Amino acid sequence: MVQKLIVSPSPHVHSGDTIQKNMYNVLIALIPALLVALYVFRLDALIITACSVLFCVVFEYLIVKYILKKTPNVTDGSAIITGVLLAFNVPSNLPLWILAIGCLFAIGVVKISFGGLGNNIFNPAIAGRIFLLISFPAQMTTWPAAATAVDAVSSATVLGNLKLSPEALPSLQSMFLGTEGGSLGEMSALALLLGLAYLLWKKTITWHIPISILATVALFTGALYLFDPQPLYHPLIHLFSGGLMLGAVFMATDYVTSPMTKKGMLIYGVGIGFVTVAIRLWGAYPEGVSFAILLMNALTPLINNYTSPKRFGEVVKHG
Amino acid sequence: MSVLLTAVATLGAIGAGSAAILYMVGQRFKVEEDPRIQEVQDALPAANCGGCGFPGCASFASACVKAESMENLLCPVGGQNTMDKVAAILGRKAPVAAKKIAVVRCNGTCESRPRLNLYDGASSCTIASALYGGDTGCSFGCLGLGDCVDSCTFDAIHINPLTMLPEVVEDKCTACGACVKACPKDIIELRKQGPKSRRIYVSCVNKDKGGVAKKACDVACIGCSKCQQVCPFEAITIENNLAFIDDDKCRLCRKCVQVCPTKSILELNFPPRKETPPAPKEEEATVTA
Amino acid sequence: MLKTFRIGGIHPKEQKISAGKAIQTIALPGQVIIPLSQHIGAPCQPVVKKGDTVKVGTLIGKAVGFVSANIHSSVSGTVLKIDKALDASGYKRDAVYIKVEGDEWEASIDRSPALIKECILTPGEILQKIAAAGIVGMGGATFPTQVKLTPPPGAKPEILIINGVECEPWLTSDHQLMMEKVDEILVGVTIVMKALNVQKAIIGIENNKQDAIRLFSEKVKGYPLITIQPLKVQYPQGGEKQLIDALTGRQVGSGALPISVGAVVQNVGTLFAIYEAVQKNKPLIERVVTVTGKEVKQPCNVLSRVGIPMNDLIDMAGGMPETTGKVVSGGPMMGKALPDTDIPVTKGTSGILLIPTLEAKRKAMKDCIRCAKCISVCPMGLNPTLLMNLTEYEVWDRAEDNHITDCIECGSCSYTCPADRPLLDYIRLGKGKVNGIIRARKN
Repeated sequence: MVQKLIVSPSPHVHSGDTIQKNMYNVLIALIPALLVALYVFRLDALIITACSVLFCVVFEYLIVKYILKKTPNVTDGSAIITGVLLAFNVPSNLPLWILAIGCLFAIGVVKISFGGLGNNIFNPAIAGRIFLLISFPAQMTTWPAAATAVDAVSSATVLGNLKLSPEALPSLQSMFLGTEGGSLGEMSALALLLGLAYLLWKKTITWHIPISILATVALFTGALYLFDPQPLYHPLIHLFSGGLMLGAVFMATDYVTSPMTKKGMLIYGVGIGFVTVAIRLWGAYPEGVSFAILLMNALTPLINNYTSPKRFGEVVKHG
Repeated sequence: MSVLLTAVATLGAIGAGSAAILYMVGQRFKVEEDPRIQEVQDALPAANCGGCGFPGCASFASACVKAESMENLLCPVGGQNTMDKVAAILGRKAPVAAKKIAVVRCNGTCESRPRLNLYDGASSCTIASALYGGDTGCSFGCLGLGDCVDSCTFDAIHINPLTMLPEVVEDKCTACGACVKACPKDIIELRKQGPKSRRIYVSCVNKDKGGVAKKACDVACIGCSKCQQVCPFEAITIENNLAFIDDDKCRLCRKCVQVCPTKSILELNFPPRKETPPAPKEEEATVTA
Repeated sequence: MLKTFRIGGIHPKEQKISAGKAIQTIALPGQVIIPLSQHIGAPCQPVVKKGDTVKVGTLIGKAVGFVSANIHSSVSGTVLKIDKALDASGYKRDAVYIKVEGDEWEASIDRSPALIKECILTPGEILQKIAAAGIVGMGGATFPTQVKLTPPPGAKPEILIINGVECEPWLTSDHQLMMEKVDEILVGVTIVMKALNVQKAIIGIENNKQDAIRLFSEKVKGYPLITIQPLKVQYPQGGEKQLIDALTGRQVGSGALPISVGAVVQNVGTLFAIYEAVQKNKPLIERVVTVTGKEVKQPCNVLSRVGIPMNDLIDMAGGMPETTGKVVSGGPMMGKALPDTDIPVTKGTSGILLIPTLEAKRKAMKDCIRCAKCISVCPMGLNPTLLMNLTEYEVWDRAEDNHITDCIECGSCSYTCPADRPLLDYIRLGKGKVNGIIRARKN
């Protein structure tokens, strides 16, 4: 015999699916949103995104290698995703040193200190964004107007205006396409929906989480709109504005911090939808998606514990 | 200032109230317990290893207090000293039990037992042994995947990377028996530690016929019964082509070690023999030391 | 929309490169080794001794106990010895070594190729013949067939389900048998229907076997009680519970047997063996084995006697490629990796798969990223990653509460895991432990 035979338990084949492939699929799905950001904010978007990715990857590498003294595995793509998502969640004119602090918090505190990919409780990008929002509220809520707009001055976002001056609302169409001001990647609902379609096609995620979030938001605000048809309650405005799309498609669906069963995913999605709308309508902050996701992240272990997949033979149907 | 006072007063009142409630509840629901249980527990090593057969030191302590006599009750970790202390607390006398130690009965190192295939499953002896006989020709021997190492609470057993066999650290082993239970091949045995840690044992569990066993491993017991014939104390039995030395009968005369044709009987911690030994024993001694 | 089972499932690359290759008969070697344990249940008691002369079909091992199956000599010659031999279980177990001399068959066996359709035996007699012939489930589980055909008291079989699914990638032995022995298989179906006293039989065939579906649909016209059902290609459709769900929409409950929904499942290979046993008095001494693999020169379907070393079969397929790193008995999903190629073919050997080293090695396991893909593919609706953790930390009561014993060990979870976690390795271990605990509790 030429070589020793390998013996291992079955199965002897593998789908070839890897963590990398899933992560890079998510990155591919983020491309449309990135293109919109580049179109709207030009060079600023590129600098912020590139720096954010660089910070996250470098921080992860350094911390794992020199503090934990383990072999870093930054090529799995998860740090890149965190970088991109965090960049998408900040204004395009955010000072880079603030961005660096956000990346350090997201990677160092939220991800690595819990044990790295797979063991973190909260989505690093979400937690990083909230950390920045609370620490640097002024810088985090001053959005430059789109470079494509005629008067390039700072302006409030749609959601900010909803509560304060509803008459200044932009058209739904421009919100959908993404020519209104806002954080980097939250601009275009269309681009993010394209990303969703790609993820569903690649079976990277299932429909349960994003659709249940969007449906809950739409139904909840829709019901209020029926009683009181004012722009504050308009379901489409809620769907297409702020970080809802980005949150529902890319951040809430983070594998590690979302429930594993279909039932659990629905509970999680509905929970995020409700909390988001509640914060938006009645909270102090104009935007509540990231807080909603963070809250439901915390509940995920509980949801996992109390939901189990539908078992074979559980419902014996005689046909 | 008054704000401060109010705050201090309120918090102080809440604190005092809670303390009062806690105290009353504590008094009301106090569980009367034999005070000796606590005393016995304090005398125990608090390793909670389960080696005594009880879930932890506390339950062993209450078992000791409840038991009529100290027969069958032994804390393997604390050994005779601890049991004497426990017996003294309870006003009884502890039976004298010989100190035991875990012994790995496989000496199939990489040289003596060539690997015939590569195991590539989860790193667990139990999983590998459910799959097949092992990566050598011997389907009884050590798989070297370290279930015993994982099971040890005392850091007393390690895999030697050179031999791929586990080695027991004599000073640390408490004979709790966790590794004995963990080993799917039943290779590890608790044996008497012996005077000055001197022990003799058959370091093989292969039940194949002599030829088959020898082919798979140079140091396998082939069941030739030479050791049985030479033993003056009838301490050695042969069953299923495998010799076994009864440590109650063995007087450590070492005659069997010399006659064993495959050197599968090991002696540990003996001084060097007067006459020139046929082969240096240090190598084997480090293997199981 | 083609039918399939409702929960989970995967679709690995089919790789049926040996499909359509006519069944070749392999030449007899100088010596065969017939293991005395080729089935689930108690090993056989040998009834021959060293020096005995045996013919093809001579009983050499007698079934011991209820769940056990007879074993017959597959060659004529002299018994050399009864000794331990390494078999597909990975352990050395008792086996009969026979020196091959000529090819003389027992006189009672009808070796003519003529098709005998009529069966005038009573159900009891049919079962006796099946038991005497030592027939076991040939899909790979090797459960003694007469036990499966004896419903427990009170249970009433309503429908016979025939497994022509062959959902394992690479394997084509059932497919080829269906193409070449369609009449015999259909007679086998009628015999089993008679033995069970059922009036309905469905043959489930996956849609990647169009030729077999066409052939059976044509032939089945002469049998009004038998229907053919094409199925969507989905693994593990050959699992009993999955197949019943796919074909009838009934789901067998946790811990229950197929008979609880009135179904009895038989593999096409088993039905062919039943035909030969009942109509031709031929015990189960040979079977079709697919020899295949990515770098195998001539992938083929071989009719091999039981006891022929797998080496001979591999030689027939053009020899073992240099690059072979793993030899699997059975399919890639549920087959067993062999430590050696001298292992004899047994009743349950459906295929020999040679996997190149590069693909044989598992990748290093990473931390679970909780992507829940294992949950979505599990055909039993379990939570594999949770069960693996519970096994690792030995939390047996919770493992039992999470139905670890329902696992059918199909391997879909390990197959799909992007973090390369050996989910099934651990679940299989935990399942064994929990089953042991349950048994201990009952006693």
